Amino acid sequence: MEPAAIIETRNLTKQYGTQTAVRDLSFQVEDGEVFGFLGPNGAGKTTTILMLLGLTRPSSGTATVCGLDPLRNSRNVKSLVGYLPENMGFYSDLTPLQSLDYVAELNGIPREIRSERIQKSLETVGLSEQIRKKVGAFSRGMRQRLGIAEVLIKEPRLMILDEPTLGLDPEGASQLIELIQSLNRERKMTVLVSSHNLSQVQKISQRVGIMVKGHMIAKGSLESLAKESLGIEDGHYSLEDIYMKYFKEV
Amino acid sequence: MTGLCAVFRKELSDHFSSYRFVILFALIAMISFITSYMAGMQLRDNLETLSKTKFPYLMLFSTPGAVFSMVQFVAFFGPLIGLVLGFDSINRERAHGTLIKIVSQPIFRDAVINGKFLAGVVTILVMLLAIVLVITGFGLSIVGVVPTFEEIWRIVAYLVMSIFYISLWLGVSIFFSIAFRSIATSALASVALWIFLSFFVTLGAEAVANSVAPVEKQDVQAETIMRNARIKEGLSLLSPMVLYSEATTTIIDPMRKTTSTMLFMTPLEQILSSRFQNPLSLSQSLIVVFPHVTVLIALTLICFAISYVVFMLQEIRS
Repeated sequence: MEPAAIIETRNLTKQYGTQTAVRDLSFQVEDGEVFGFLGPNGAGKTTTILMLLGLTRPSSGTATVCGLDPLRNSRNVKSLVGYLPENMGFYSDLTPLQSLDYVAELNGIPREIRSERIQKSLETVGLSEQIRKKVGAFSRGMRQRLGIAEVLIKEPRLMILDEPTLGLDPEGASQLIELIQSLNRERKMTVLVSSHNLSQVQKISQRVGIMVKGHMIAKGSLESLAKESLGIEDGHYSLEDIYMKYFKEV
Repeated sequence: MTGLCAVFRKELSDHFSSYRFVILFALIAMISFITSYMAGMQLRDNLETLSKTKFPYLMLFSTPGAVFSMVQFVAFFGPLIGLVLGFDSINRERAHGTLIKIVSQPIFRDAVINGKFLAGVVTILVMLLAIVLVITGFGLSIVGVVPTFEEIWRIVAYLVMSIFYISLWLGVSIFFSIAFRSIATSALASVALWIFLSFFVTLGAEAVANSVAPVEKQDVQAETIMRNARIKEGLSLLSPMVLYSEATTTIIDPMRKTTSTMLFMTPLEQILSSRFQNPLSLSQSLIVVFPHVTVLIALTLICFAISYVVFMLQEIRS
């Protein structure tokens, strides 16, 4: 039976020595939604993401991603999940085509369909015109879009984006947000996005989870959180108010 | 396997297109040209007048032309090739944020380190093979020596040993690039270990031997001299360079019957023995150096295994 939740964690805990980075985390991300993953720096968001990909071993608790255990089936999980890390790095002496080709090769995409896939993902992110430049000469916005292209090349079921708009100018950021939104709407792609830019998260996500010091202190749809924290029911709320309200309660 | 192939191909093309490789190769090619040219000229003079050498082709590698022979040169500076190829292999990717990108693709994590190590080994192989072939060509055109089958097999054995020896240092530098986050630190650490093991261990061995069994005194017993030599040789074998040079000089020179450098003979004995002795066959030479070669290969494998384990257990997050 295919579970409805694409990500499901139960009491996920990660300790580094005596410090607890993530404590008893249980949440779900449903198929086809955009889930906003919020919280201050050092709240354990990136650690959680690494555990979801099987790149870090949880101290206790379990996670299920696309119905698989990331610890046992790390490779299968990673072929279904596209991850854009915070400060994604590129080989600066490669062109975007070479860079994408390497990622495609790592994904084991057969040579016959590789160039087609590369073209398609470059078009999706709007970089088809820039293929002659080296990645080293790319602006930050272009690099982020290339990062998304590298994620799209494996045609993932789930995208995990860690601070995708960090350090982008307002125009670049809103373009990227629109891109994420259209991927979600047109391709029914599930997206887990972590960000500090709350107005952007509010624009694209259906549900959010707020993490502080390793705990998820609030999770749910935006409307229900607005009602719970601020008592607003008419839809005129901002995520920033909700976030600050929860944050102050801790 | 797809991951391993992809990383291997990427690393190999990186090596061959990097300035670092070009400079290193130019330097080593230049020195080997000069060395083998000098050796060749000397050899030609010898061949014209006396004509005693049974293995002129191998002499191209083992005759010290100007300062050192080709074999000695690789023993001294070969490790540098390994160090330069590996000292930033992991921590550069970590610093640039590309490591996390690679390991979040559907590959096994060990594909990264295996691919990098293999690509380095193949680069070393290509470099050494090119140099040996060029020297062979030199030998043909300048001196006019044609290698015999036996000589070719000896050169193959020499190449295999050299690849393991240089790969040992590649393994060391990859280990430091995993252990240290900073590229400068890992470069320094690998160079420091190289200098220590290659140069100071032999000096230290001599000092220890002299203090345990002093031979500077007036009336030294033969036993003391033997003990001194034994201690010195034993301790020097801690250095991979000594291990490698003893093994390769024995393989390259069929007249050598032992890896030991300690031979007491009067001049007359030497003349007699060189007149009546025959060269060792290749299999016998291999038996003489078998312990050396085994230790060398084991060291290389252990070094790689340690880097492998550390890399697999390390947190990927920077």
